[in-house]
Amino acid sequence: MTINQLSIFIENKQGTLLQVLDLLKKAGIQLIATNLADTVEYGILRIICSDPQKAYEALKGEGVAVAMTEVFAVEIDNEAGRGADAIASFVNKGVSIAYLYSFIVDGKGILIFRTDNPELAAEAISNDGLCTLTEQDLSSLV
Amino acid sequence: MIWNPNKECMSTDEMRALQGRRLHKIVKYVYHNVPFYRNKLQKMDVTPDDIRNIEDIHKLPFTTKQDLRDNYPYGLQAAPKSEIIRVHASSGTTGNPTIVGYTRKDIEVWSECMTRCLTAYGVSRDDTFSVAYGYGLFTGGLGAHYGVENLGAAVVPTSTGNTEKHVRLIRDLGITGIACTPSYALYLAETMDHMGIGKNDIRLRVGAFGAEPWTESMRAEIESRLGLKGFNLYGLSEIMGPCVSYECQEQSGSHICEDHFFPEIIDPDTLEPLPYGQVGELVFTTLTKEGMPLLRYRTKDLCSLMNDTCPCGRTSVRMGRILGRSDDMLIIRGINVFPSQVESVVLSMPEFAPRYLLVIDRVNNLDTLQVQVEVRQDYFTEQFDTLGALGTLEKKLADKLKSVLSISAKVQLKAPGTIERSQGKSKFVLDKRQLK
Repeated sequence: MTINQLSIFIENKQGTLLQVLDLLKKAGIQLIATNLADTVEYGILRIICSDPQKAYEALKGEGVAVAMTEVFAVEIDNEAGRGADAIASFVNKGVSIAYLYSFIVDGKGILIFRTDNPELAAEAISNDGLCTLTEQDLSSLV
Repeated sequence: MIWNPNKECMSTDEMRALQGRRLHKIVKYVYHNVPFYRNKLQKMDVTPDDIRNIEDIHKLPFTTKQDLRDNYPYGLQAAPKSEIIRVHASSGTTGNPTIVGYTRKDIEVWSECMTRCLTAYGVSRDDTFSVAYGYGLFTGGLGAHYGVENLGAAVVPTSTGNTEKHVRLIRDLGITGIACTPSYALYLAETMDHMGIGKNDIRLRVGAFGAEPWTESMRAEIESRLGLKGFNLYGLSEIMGPCVSYECQEQSGSHICEDHFFPEIIDPDTLEPLPYGQVGELVFTTLTKEGMPLLRYRTKDLCSLMNDTCPCGRTSVRMGRILGRSDDMLIIRGINVFPSQVESVVLSMPEFAPRYLLVIDRVNNLDTLQVQVEVRQDYFTEQFDTLGALGTLEKKLADKLKSVLSISAKVQLKAPGTIERSQGKSKFVLDKRQLK
């Protein structure tokens, strides 16, 4: 029910983001969604892309601190309030969201998020009939 | 004023004779009470009877910080435990602190020598004196404290921290003297500026500064901002604490209490004694210490000795300003820090690459320590995918460093392979402080 995301440790200084993106470019990776969380000194760059395994190996081979992390990708209707409804399903189950980002594609909203309790989140998804995307779904987008 | 003219102004011949007698006695004492020294002396085929004059000191073995570490905690203690009335500890290089036990007589000698220092600075029983060295395991606070009490001045044990309150006390109590690190004195001046208190609002006139290297330009700045005269105070816990040497009004080198602490300068490479005036490593032998007497202790401090007559009337040998270290020890906020201490902490955490950089700076006259470490690629897994997890990792390292170093360090996480290397070997320390 989850998809693979790349989490990359980068220092908060000029040029570090481009270094990583250049490596992905060389490996022929297409980005689908990105998110950058930053502190004064460093940040975590999170990437959903066309071929996470290949991207992971390309970065690892260049000495980048990269981790493959499992996140949920939930599809919601592109209407006001649907995001709140989806999050409510998780909150009602007692699932905490560690971080979240979103994008819109083909008239659908996609929420990408990580939780500390994936089992409980999966239960919430099944119970409330939420639609999750697989990696195949995502790669068909590119 | 001179506190103890009998000792401080003794003729050189008399002093050498006294030192010779005391050296014989102390060698005999450690020979019979400290197996470490007995073994060393026996190996060198030296008996206490071979040590009759102070010149015989060259026959004796050296003692190093490593010896103290290897014999942790009480291996070099000569007095029985029942005679020890105080224990201090200074930071060690591998987590083992250096433990120093003092007998009642040691504390008396310490107070006496500290009183000599204060008297030379011009402090008298009419003064109110603030001791702003840290009180605790560090010898600075209590060492200076006992000297002030012994002199009969009023001691205000302000210790460090809460600087605004300290400034108010200086003003409201009419405090006339202060003992602290030179960088803390500048920080105090800074705080006064913020509080709108000028040097004319206070009555400070004497400062006893030590526990970290400082320069003539720092002295000039402190003196002009606080309106006092600043004097050097030197000491080290292995030998006693603050009181080992002190400047007089002439401020031309620091007079050593050489009836208790015999100084030598050696070449740190060949270990050969060097003549007066030449810069080398300072070595002390405690001539009267009971708790933990040390023979030829290598301080690693680099300076020279002077034996010309000082116009103040004191005849004691003087030491010049400390010019550096013969090892890699750093003094940060008055605390001894060895890069190897940081290394041992970093190596104990597999989340980090075995590589680090210490960046030391002076911001608003206070030393800052930053420790840069590289996140290890293999350890950067899913669990570190949140800023919270990375923050916790940072804090874990900062806490460990604090407990080992006794001062707080700011941790900076770096990406793998980003800490500068020079010719395959890491440069461990970047000291940006300008001590010119």
